[in-house]
Amino acid sequence: MNKPVVVAHDLTRHYEVGGGIFSSTQTVEALSGASFTLQPGKTLAVVGESGCGKSTLARVVTMIEPPTSGTLMIDDEAVSPDKWASLRSSVQIVFQDPYGSLNPRQRIGDILMEPLVINRKDMSAKDREAQARDMLAMVGLRREHFDRYPHMFSGGQRQRIAVARALMLNPRVLVLDEPVSALDLSIQSQVLNLLVELQEKLGLAYLFISHDLSVVKHMADDIVVMYLGRPVETGPIEDVVANPRHPYTKALLSATPIADPTIEKKRIKLEGELPSPINVPKGCAFSPRCWKATEECRAKRPVLDEGRHRVACYHPEG
Amino acid sequence: MALLRIRNLSVDFATASGKFRAVDSMDVTVDRGDILAIVGESGSGKSVSMLAMMGLLPWTATITADEMSFDGIDLRSVTAAQRRKIIGRDMAMIFQEPMSSLNPCFTVGFQIRESLRKHMNMSRRERHQRAIELFEQVGIPEPEKRLGVFPHQMSGGMNQRVMIAMAIACRPRLLIADEPTTALDVTIQAQILELLTGLQRDTGMALILITHDMGVVAETAQRVSVQYAGQKVEEQPVRPLFSTPHHPYTAALLAALPERATSKILPSIPGVVPGQFDRPKGCLFSPRCSKADDRCREIEPENQPEELGRAKCHYPLGVNEPEMAQ
Ligand SMILES: Nc1ncnc2c1ncn2[C@@H]1O[C@H](COP(=O)(O)OP(=O)(O)OP(=O)(O)O)[C@@H](O)[C@H]1O
Ligand SMILES: Nc1ncnc2c1ncn2[C@@H]1O[C@H](COP(=O)(O)OP(=O)(O)OP(=O)(O)O)[C@@H](O)[C@H]1O
Ligand SMILES: [Mg+2]
Ligand SMILES: [Mg+2]
Repeated sequence: MNKPVVVAHDLTRHYEVGGGIFSSTQTVEALSGASFTLQPGKTLAVVGESGCGKSTLARVVTMIEPPTSGTLMIDDEAVSPDKWASLRSSVQIVFQDPYGSLNPRQRIGDILMEPLVINRKDMSAKDREAQARDMLAMVGLRREHFDRYPHMFSGGQRQRIAVARALMLNPRVLVLDEPVSALDLSIQSQVLNLLVELQEKLGLAYLFISHDLSVVKHMADDIVVMYLGRPVETGPIEDVVANPRHPYTKALLSATPIADPTIEKKRIKLEGELPSPINVPKGCAFSPRCWKATEECRAKRPVLDEGRHRVACYHPEG
Repeated sequence: MALLRIRNLSVDFATASGKFRAVDSMDVTVDRGDILAIVGESGSGKSVSMLAMMGLLPWTATITADEMSFDGIDLRSVTAAQRRKIIGRDMAMIFQEPMSSLNPCFTVGFQIRESLRKHMNMSRRERHQRAIELFEQVGIPEPEKRLGVFPHQMSGGMNQRVMIAMAIACRPRLLIADEPTTALDVTIQAQILELLTGLQRDTGMALILITHDMGVVAETAQRVSVQYAGQKVEEQPVRPLFSTPHHPYTAALLAALPERATSKILPSIPGVVPGQFDRPKGCLFSPRCSKADDRCREIEPENQPEELGRAKCHYPLGVNEPEMAQ
């Protein structure tokens, strides 16, 4: 196995909210106990319901926010806020919305050169421009698009621009937060192909956040399933999809529609809602919705077991 | 008699740079109990065609149609008052952007009771009961409590569910659902789709489902209409559409599904949908079609017969292997 670029251990991010006139402050446990590694040339997917902490994880790994506790190592170097500036160029992020994430008043060239202006002050303006134009070609656009504005591009092209910007500092890791969710099918395939090609060419490690399991199955080598801020199952994608061990993973897979009208589906119906990360249940967070839950589950939170395919459950499937 | 019948619908927008045709000679037929899915690339006129039918487009839009009737009523000539009576009661819509159709100034409970008051003959008490029942149906926890909440106090997914509750409140005979589940998680999505197909089964409600999620289409729809650049290019029952698409655009769309991938690089359609200024002469799909020749670039294709999904193509696919799935 390759040497990992990112090693995350027990990453946790809590927010204090409230404290207004009527309420005392409360803690939002947005992310807890996330441990994983990212390998060059490999993709780790993160899936889970809205609000389970995927974007929070993305922000912590990209050093937009510090973790409340836990450690993050990038190339064997422990990350702390004073090292952010020097390490940040190694990890870049692409957001979901190809319309909102680009400044409409900036030319494409300026959008691409901005990270260089901030982080590579030694570079000459001419070199910056040359690198930006090369990058446009790399992501399948034209060098002369340098002078255009974002509104002149389609959604898929804008997402290419967002990927190009993220690549300007030669990162080793790309965090992709729902990179194709706002795109339709034909454009989605163009962007996914681009990501596959770039990963091969540049040996990038991807942290790929998505709620679309068919996309995840296509892109990922490994997967982390999160529930209410915590990883509940993790392992190689084929194993997890073929033999989901956590009841939540099983329910999630069974609820995902399959684009084949000849398949008859058996669906696991989940009762109730994703509980709030403010009042996280004491035991297993999934126990209020789980058909297998026992006293034990409600009393004490299960931890991830050992091995390649790990699950945090007292009554795993299979 | 069909519940909804639209013939040759076109919509033109007046824009600063001239006229723009967003919907081009569209036909739609929906019977009682039908579930029709409309799919197609972003900007292909799916929402605009439905908004045109409901009379909800701005004044910059010019709508023409040979026929546009709901339950025998000619929608082109109804008065505003008649239209308001139909829309919201017999014909309801779940809009693509949930926030734009909820009023931020009123609680969601007020809005749902108000719509019941306008359209249904119910007592205050019955309206309250019905509102709670609807919230339960769409999976909103603690409905009593949520009725008193304002839209901005809830998440996007929760507002979307309020919208769905409002749309089905008056037991419509036709529900148009424009991307009804995009803001929802798959587990909630499954619950909502089950609710909608249940209403179709139990009350004969017809459903037009606009979505780009082919998984949802495969599991929910009976028929599928494929739209490209404002035109309907093919319509088939769901099974043969997935097994034997006749229009090259439909085939290309299905080939782009990650589920169908045979290698890491997915088949993709080069280029983009034509816009206002680069609308090609012959077939609108010809610049992106791998099978196009000079005829396609020069002459606009007619629709093929029913057995070929009325594919708008000179060279329809799957001609020698008809209806494998039947
Ligand atoms: N700055 C913040 N202050 C308080 N709470 C926050 C903050 N950021 C996120 N949260 C909360 O943390 C939880 C996790 O949010 P996060 O955005 O990471 O979810 P997500 O998995 O990305 O969801 P989605 O799929 O909807 O994007 C949510 O309950 C959210 O409301
Ligand atoms: N008020 C308007 N004025 C001018 N053009 C408009 C207006 N509303 C929509 N359009 C244009 O009409 C075309 C069709 O839009 P429509 O919203 O129907 O697409 P759609 O198929 O629903 O796409 P999506 O899948 O993204 O929702 C688009 O090119 C759009 O830009
Ligand atoms: Mg997120
Ligand atoms: Mg639309």
